[in-house]
Amino acid sequence: MEEVPSVSIDTRGGRTRIMAGVRSEHWGPTVMHSDDLGQAWTEPENGAIRFPEEAGAALERIWQIQPDTGDRPGVVWAGCEPISVWKSTDGGEHFELNRGLWDHPHRPEWGAGYGGPAAHSILSSPVDDTVHIAMSTGGVYRSTDGGTSWEARNKGISAYFMPDPNPEFGQCVHKIARDSKDSKRLYAQNHHGVYRSDDDADTWVSIADGLPADFGFVMMTHPTRSDTAWVIPMKADSERIPPDGRLAVHRTDDAGQSWMRLDTGLPDAEYNVVLRDAAAVDTSEPAGVYFGTRGGSVYASADEGEVFTEVVSHLPDVLCVRAAAVGV
Amino acid sequence: MGTVSVMLPPVLAALAGDSRVHQVSLPDGGTVAALLDALAADYPVFGRRVRDETGAVRRYVNIFVDGEDIRGLDGASTAVRPGQELLIIQSVAGG
Repeated sequence: MEEVPSVSIDTRGGRTRIMAGVRSEHWGPTVMHSDDLGQAWTEPENGAIRFPEEAGAALERIWQIQPDTGDRPGVVWAGCEPISVWKSTDGGEHFELNRGLWDHPHRPEWGAGYGGPAAHSILSSPVDDTVHIAMSTGGVYRSTDGGTSWEARNKGISAYFMPDPNPEFGQCVHKIARDSKDSKRLYAQNHHGVYRSDDDADTWVSIADGLPADFGFVMMTHPTRSDTAWVIPMKADSERIPPDGRLAVHRTDDAGQSWMRLDTGLPDAEYNVVLRDAAAVDTSEPAGVYFGTRGGSVYASADEGEVFTEVVSHLPDVLCVRAAAVGV
Repeated sequence: MGTVSVMLPPVLAALAGDSRVHQVSLPDGGTVAALLDALAADYPVFGRRVRDETGAVRRYVNIFVDGEDIRGLDGASTAVRPGQELLIIQSVAGG
């Protein structure tokens, strides 16, 4: 009765540290880390993430552990349930609650997605103090001061399940990713809807045309090349399966103007969903693409999705996939 | 000041000095919460497994005082007397 919904591989500073957000149904959540590729795991005695007493809240689940950029060594972000963002400056051993978001006036109105109320995406800008986060439900928020203050940034993203389908916030954004060259270009996989922003998330436009479905969880961008992104469409929120039972990754190389279906090596029939963090891109050239299903299969491509190979099968539900080049 | 026997399942004993039975001096107040505080002071990870940051006993952790589930008593405020036994055990969760 234990799950690991979040994993990160931090290769900064000449050290490889794996961090895992572990949750036991019995014993609660905790962050563990390993500096020997997972042979031994440790956790701080008093816990890496603990709500301060005055918050009156208890940590439920660690949805995201995200090392910051290479020029901010030691800085690691975490996104959690209840909706909260945390920052560590000691490599992920101790995190501090981001009060700007926790005390945000919108917080009482944020809701719970099907998986729970969570901040699940954290993107630091490599060029300035901008940080974007996404939450379910609440949508995209942006800080331009390193996380001190936050503003909702959802203009153009539909919340069809709300009385007003275009609210300031309340969207159910499933995942966001930043373009590797243009720090103000972002992509979003929404709860129905696929979007791009060219203005630092001020406005979003649909890029769903050409996809078999606009529902899904995954959004990934190329590690070094602009305009390339991957999604893995699912049929609909009411049927969270690959469209027609045909699992496929879709890639754009022109910032969403067109999409290419990639299914070589994938099974003829697959009815398991791919969750938001169960996919990753490595930093190779060409980039490796990896993802896992709730059916316990993990697929890998060494050529940006052109050909996939099933590398592991019959695992429990795959909740998180991360890839890094280590020791090369 | 008397003591209370606190009995742990193996998975928690591994976080509490590898001992399944602890003789804990009954702290002032003499409650389940005070006993847990005393044990958690020595074994913080054990403490986090049993209770969350608000002090609430986790949903699928059951605590019995002389065989009585504290959820049917006064919860973590249940009074404990010297010589009693406190049993902590994970509940059957799921199928």
